Amino acid sequence: MQRNQALMRERPIAIQSDLDILVARQKGRALAQELGMSSTDQTVVATVISELARNILLYAKLGTLSLSAEQHNGRRGIVIVAKDRGPGIPDVERALQVGFSTSNSLGLGLPGVRRLMDDFEIVSKVDNGTIVTARKWKS
Amino acid sequence: MEVPILKQGSYLIGSVQSALTDADLRQLRDVLVAKVGRFRSLGVIVDVTAMDVMDSFAARTLSDIAQMVRLRGAQMVIVGIQPEVAFSMVQLGLTLEGVATALDLEEGLSLLDMTTKNRGRNDLARLR
Amino acid sequence: MQKVQDRDPVVLTTKETSAELLRELVAHLRQNRAQLREEWARLITEAKLLTVMTREEIFAEATSVYDNYVEALETGTLEALQAYSRNLSERIIPRGVQTDEVLGIVLLLRDVLARSLFARSRTDFDKLNRILDAYEPAANRIATTVAVGFVQERERTIREQQEAIRELSTPVLQVRERLLILPIIGVIDPQRARQLTEQLLRGIRTNRARVVVIDITGVAAMDSNVANHLVLTVEASRLLGATVIVTGLSPEIAQTLVNIGVDLTKMNTVGDLQGGIEEAERLLGYKVVPVEKAES
Repeated sequence: MQRNQALMRERPIAIQSDLDILVARQKGRALAQELGMSSTDQTVVATVISELARNILLYAKLGTLSLSAEQHNGRRGIVIVAKDRGPGIPDVERALQVGFSTSNSLGLGLPGVRRLMDDFEIVSKVDNGTIVTARKWKS
Repeated sequence: MEVPILKQGSYLIGSVQSALTDADLRQLRDVLVAKVGRFRSLGVIVDVTAMDVMDSFAARTLSDIAQMVRLRGAQMVIVGIQPEVAFSMVQLGLTLEGVATALDLEEGLSLLDMTTKNRGRNDLARLR
Repeated sequence: MQKVQDRDPVVLTTKETSAELLRELVAHLRQNRAQLREEWARLITEAKLLTVMTREEIFAEATSVYDNYVEALETGTLEALQAYSRNLSERIIPRGVQTDEVLGIVLLLRDVLARSLFARSRTDFDKLNRILDAYEPAANRIATTVAVGFVQERERTIREQQEAIRELSTPVLQVRERLLILPIIGVIDPQRARQLTEQLLRGIRTNRARVVVIDITGVAAMDSNVANHLVLTVEASRLLGATVIVTGLSPEIAQTLVNIGVDLTKMNTVGDLQGGIEEAERLLGYKVVPVEKAES
């Protein structure tokens, strides 16, 4: 009973231009709305997608953003996976430290994403790319 | 999509209609800076009521616009940030520090009236 | 961090002969449905379970549970049962049915059916063993499914109630035009902090507040997470054009804020609530916001 049940899977969205960022976040908002999330949480999801997709564009130029829904212990949630084969983050620990990216600067914002989402996981290897997985459960 | 910009006396008011691409934001910046120069506007209001997400690029560009128009003698106020958007923004560290904000167009105009009238007395650079 | 496991429907593993036995078992349970169900309902009443329900209601639910139970045994999948369990729970939780009752009746059914199987094959021990080998794991999975479904539904209900209580206990007060007061009392956990912020921001917009006084006199202690959240709340309020005055800052909380890197000279703080309100009125009464206080 502990495992997550996938409820649906969307095809990954290619992130190559800023237009793709808009598409991705609109889809994210729609999915969050379908899952019955509050309007604040819908905005959280859309904002996180925007930032993660933007990171892909800034650092890797190309990547994918996948959205899906899952069920765990009777709660439904949205899963965001941002993948790229870019340069990778050399010091993930440091990138996750609060205050690492200063306000109004571009990109990364990972501490913020982690704070906004319920589950957060990042795997990154230099020259091999980065995968960020983030989940938000409907409260 | 282009952001429509109205001239109201010595103020310029730009109302964002929908989600903006990066190119749209850059265009907004260029147009506002040009118009402030052309009309010698004292104030600029950017109404972002229709923006359902504010990410780091949008925040940075709006900040840049504020700085650039200030160099040309205009005070900028951002109005209409939605509660949910404000909530998400600050968590990401996007505080729009250095940029004046107000609840809506009415409040924004009121703020501009106050600050532009007192330009003689107050140090303009310290007004945010 | 939960991984997404394989997405096969939940299946009760059975071997070839077990499958046959289960089919036989299911047939038997269907044939004797009326009498087994009757006996089960009787045992429920005897055990004083589901006392909030009438006999007719118990019988009706017993029928549904029985049929779903047998179907789960037959198909070997639990999804329909899970859905039914949640549905049942949604109906009976508001009536006050407890977890032990739900578990109790399911176990009683399991026993009634087991005894029936026993009675049927009691002369053939070998067969009985094989039947029970097939039946027991399946029956236990079923019992677990129903109980877990009930518990999850209860947890969901409790979460909703807690949310409602939090809403009620953190009022955003409008005392004057353009002025809001948010008195915070007691313990703030991250969820409550978040809810407070959302309520405050909505309140700022609805009331068109220009100044907000957040009074934390009633807050005993604040960890760095919640302190950070307070700072974020102040920043978010500013984005909506409102100036925040924090009152009732104890030396301990002031220290926590300093420790997380907050520049207290930049945060608008006043000793007590009364002083905070006066300061707020002053801010609202001025035609020009003084330069030193130009936070927004």
